Amino acid sequence: MAAPAEVPPPLQGIPTAKEKKYDRQLRLWGINGQVALESTHIVLINNGPGVTGVETLKNLVLPNVGEFTIIDSAIVSEADLGVNFFLEDASLGKFRAVEAARLLEELNPGVKGHAVTELLETLITQEKALADYNLIIVAAPIDPAILAKIQAHSQQYRIPTFYLHSVGFFSSFSVYLPPTFPIVETHPDPTSTTDLRLLKPWPALSAFAKEKLKGLEEGTMAAHDKAHIPWLCLLLHYLEKWKQAHDGNVPEAFKEKTAFRDTVRAGDYNEENFDEACAAVLKSLNPPTPPSDVRDILSAPETQNLDKSSAPFWLIANAISKFYQEHGQLPLPGAVPDMKAVSADYIILQNIYKTKARQDSAEVLATVRELEKQLGRPQNFVQDAEVENFCKGAAHIHLVRGRSIQIVEAGKAIQFGDRAKAIAKELTNDESLIGLHIAFLAWDEFVATHHTSSQVAGGQGLKVPGSGTDDFEADAEKMTGIAHKIVDNLIKEAETFVEDPEYSQIKEKIAKFCTEILRAGGGELHNIASLTGGLLAQEVIKVITRQYVPIDNTCLFDGVASRTRVLRI
Amino acid sequence: MAAEVAAQPVNGTATGSRARWKHMDTLLSRPGAYTDEDDFAPGSVPIGNIEQSRILVIGAGGLGCEILKNLALSGFKHIDVIDMDTIDFLFREKDVGKAKASVAAEFVMKRCPGCVITPYAGKIQDKDEDYYMQFNLVICGLDSIEARRWINATLVGMVDMENPDSLKPLIDGGTEGFKGQSRVIFPTMTSCIECQLDMHAPRAAVPLCTLATIPRQPQHCIEWAHIIKWEEERKDLVLDTDDPEHITWLYQKALGRAKEFKIEGVTYSMTQGVVKNIIPAIASTNAIVAASCCNEAFKIVTSAASFLGTPGENNYMLYTGDASIYTYTFEHQKKDDCPVCGNLPKDLFVNPESTLGELVEGLAERPEAQLKKPNLRTEEKTLYYSSPASLEESTRPNLKRKISEMLADGEEFAVSDPAFEINFRFIARYA
Ligand SMILES: [Zn+2]
Repeated sequence: MAAPAEVPPPLQGIPTAKEKKYDRQLRLWGINGQVALESTHIVLINNGPGVTGVETLKNLVLPNVGEFTIIDSAIVSEADLGVNFFLEDASLGKFRAVEAARLLEELNPGVKGHAVTELLETLITQEKALADYNLIIVAAPIDPAILAKIQAHSQQYRIPTFYLHSVGFFSSFSVYLPPTFPIVETHPDPTSTTDLRLLKPWPALSAFAKEKLKGLEEGTMAAHDKAHIPWLCLLLHYLEKWKQAHDGNVPEAFKEKTAFRDTVRAGDYNEENFDEACAAVLKSLNPPTPPSDVRDILSAPETQNLDKSSAPFWLIANAISKFYQEHGQLPLPGAVPDMKAVSADYIILQNIYKTKARQDSAEVLATVRELEKQLGRPQNFVQDAEVENFCKGAAHIHLVRGRSIQIVEAGKAIQFGDRAKAIAKELTNDESLIGLHIAFLAWDEFVATHHTSSQVAGGQGLKVPGSGTDDFEADAEKMTGIAHKIVDNLIKEAETFVEDPEYSQIKEKIAKFCTEILRAGGGELHNIASLTGGLLAQEVIKVITRQYVPIDNTCLFDGVASRTRVLRI
Repeated sequence: MAAEVAAQPVNGTATGSRARWKHMDTLLSRPGAYTDEDDFAPGSVPIGNIEQSRILVIGAGGLGCEILKNLALSGFKHIDVIDMDTIDFLFREKDVGKAKASVAAEFVMKRCPGCVITPYAGKIQDKDEDYYMQFNLVICGLDSIEARRWINATLVGMVDMENPDSLKPLIDGGTEGFKGQSRVIFPTMTSCIECQLDMHAPRAAVPLCTLATIPRQPQHCIEWAHIIKWEEERKDLVLDTDDPEHITWLYQKALGRAKEFKIEGVTYSMTQGVVKNIIPAIASTNAIVAASCCNEAFKIVTSAASFLGTPGENNYMLYTGDASIYTYTFEHQKKDDCPVCGNLPKDLFVNPESTLGELVEGLAERPEAQLKKPNLRTEEKTLYYSSPASLEESTRPNLKRKISEMLADGEEFAVSDPAFEINFRFIARYA
């Protein structure tokens, strides 16, 4: 007879069809990230060939962004059909925005797409033209006056905004982020984040280690027990011994650490847990000093001078900075890596860490509640889960201090402001792609100062360099001249001096970037558009979900050398 | 240099109306800032090369679909695509369940008239050298290391020094979450996929005794249900990781085990992830890597700009997007002891006191070997054969013997694996 059926444990968390569909991305940004993505309405202000922007939208429609709108007054031409996947032969002669929105929607019925075909320069004069959108993407070429209007809107309402170029083998995009853009969930590499506090164990941890080591030195421990001492306890034990022999000091210098490792090794030459302990010595015996950018956040004026309008992030940062002042370390994250041990010991160890992490987090939470009172904010303005999350990742929080996008103004020298010195240094860095950024600035300046007779998207009658049948060489010369002037102004603004041959090499490099851009005549290559659309969509997702670390603030792609470079402009 | 190593030009000229290719043709009709006259003749030659090249795409999943679209919109007219799977998540919902290769081909062809994409729903191993010989270039967008190694070995094996047409550049892309890579291989001339195998080390397997006696992590409980419990209780049923009933069963077993050991964190989603070895994936990373591969293909075929894979130059682009955006583009060096493209045996450090069984087990995990069903022999004797069953039985006793009884220090031995057409040559080095 069959044994009575076991009562199955209650089933929880069987995924819905939707969770199944988005399973592979949910593993990256979780349900909170997905909710943020699905409540976003993105607008693409499309100009020029307009392929990169549409490819960007594709990468956002697939993961189920809420809504998107394409603003584009262009009519589909034959040249569009050869480079834009979201148009078909029947689209010829119709509005590009309408056609692309329709074909993008087809990818994912859950996403709503809209098209606006009004001329940008009339649309932008309407007061609420951009009111519906919480993220803006603008494609070059565009009349700089219109771009400035868009950016003014972004700055007023703190709307993240991207401005992109994609011409021939090259592309770039810059992002405007609000002046403070903090991120808690940066998803650092788990191997780099283990924080076990072996140099400053608390009583519960020391007591457990002592118990697990009982009989080791005396040789009375059973072989099985010895082989299953968690390496963490082994290190605590040998650290105690080391301290006794070294006036209470722990091994600090590299040489001391390797000597310390030898003493651990001498404990046993074969057992796997001793192997693990030795391998962990170098990375586990560092004082838990927070990285400098975390200390910067803790001492930032926004953290220290809270007021009634401070966001939850700053209240928690203030509470954590108080915690740090008092304890000399951040709240314990509480995670324990897997290690050879019997199940029960490992679970106890996990609980020791979890308990301490909860205590630390509770202490921070109490401070936060106190701050809420002092600031006259409602109780639970900051949620418990937010505090807990922050405490877990405190050593890896990140702050982007957003900057505005550099906009060219006809007849005015381009300014680099407080970044002039740093950017001028990039000029002599072989790995840098600053030359490409300058070439795109020159391209923008050319567009701002040249006009065609007919109307094109992005502003009335913009002329893109090299777009005619016989203007390649003449325009290349003009654009290179503009770029060289930008370089000279930058060097002057940085109050520095670059000597030959370096100076000539810089100019030569920039002339090549200009010529190669000109070669495309303003045209897009689908591969470069698609690659750039991938990079851009990924940054959009990071910004929307407030997870991972976004670029700060300009990314350049060189499709000839196959490499990217990020610059803070 | 570029012209020499590029896929053999087909020397065609452009035909028909080129109005839709205005952007591309403008660029291809002007000299580039980084080209010289010997390598690149603007105009009809590069355009004709694009029109007449025949490209093979392996894989029609997230990466493969992007690759097909990119090639079609780069003006390529003759594309073949191989994939053995049916659709789970692709361009459109209504296509779910059909063969990936056919749906992808049909969809892209409909959008890009004039481009012919020939699908094959099957395995790359079904095809022979004559088949692969038809192509100018092969692009791989797969998540299987085994398939990559197979096509790599095949293309390297096809190279005939007397026949320049036999050299087929191989472009390979791969992604995982916010990370990815694209690389270009000129078989026998530059570092191959086998040379680079240790860049993709397999995840260390959890020891069986941990699963059986001392689980500590939720994953250990799931693996226990998957590897041990299923065999015990449902051995007559083939595990189908796409069957929700099967996953639910494993999940319940794992949950019960976790409760017994007071382990937290077993979820349905984790069960699925562990059992199916799900690699997190997003559209944007696929787009980046696929486009990078196709950009290299475009440059190789047209010589319109320098490309990855020129001997002595960069051949590999690593991409990371989780913290800002970072690419590392470098030259991976060809290895003389590469079992595929090198001619020297590789040193393998072994403990003479350990058993042959341990060596055999280790071959699956050593990053430079990754052989799961190895057959080992020296020049004189057979050490161990995983298959066929009769040989396995007769050589099995050797597994218990010490290395020192079976292999001398410095002795060469060969390892083969039915999954690959590669013979690995190793030299046993006592350590
Ligand atoms: Zn090789």
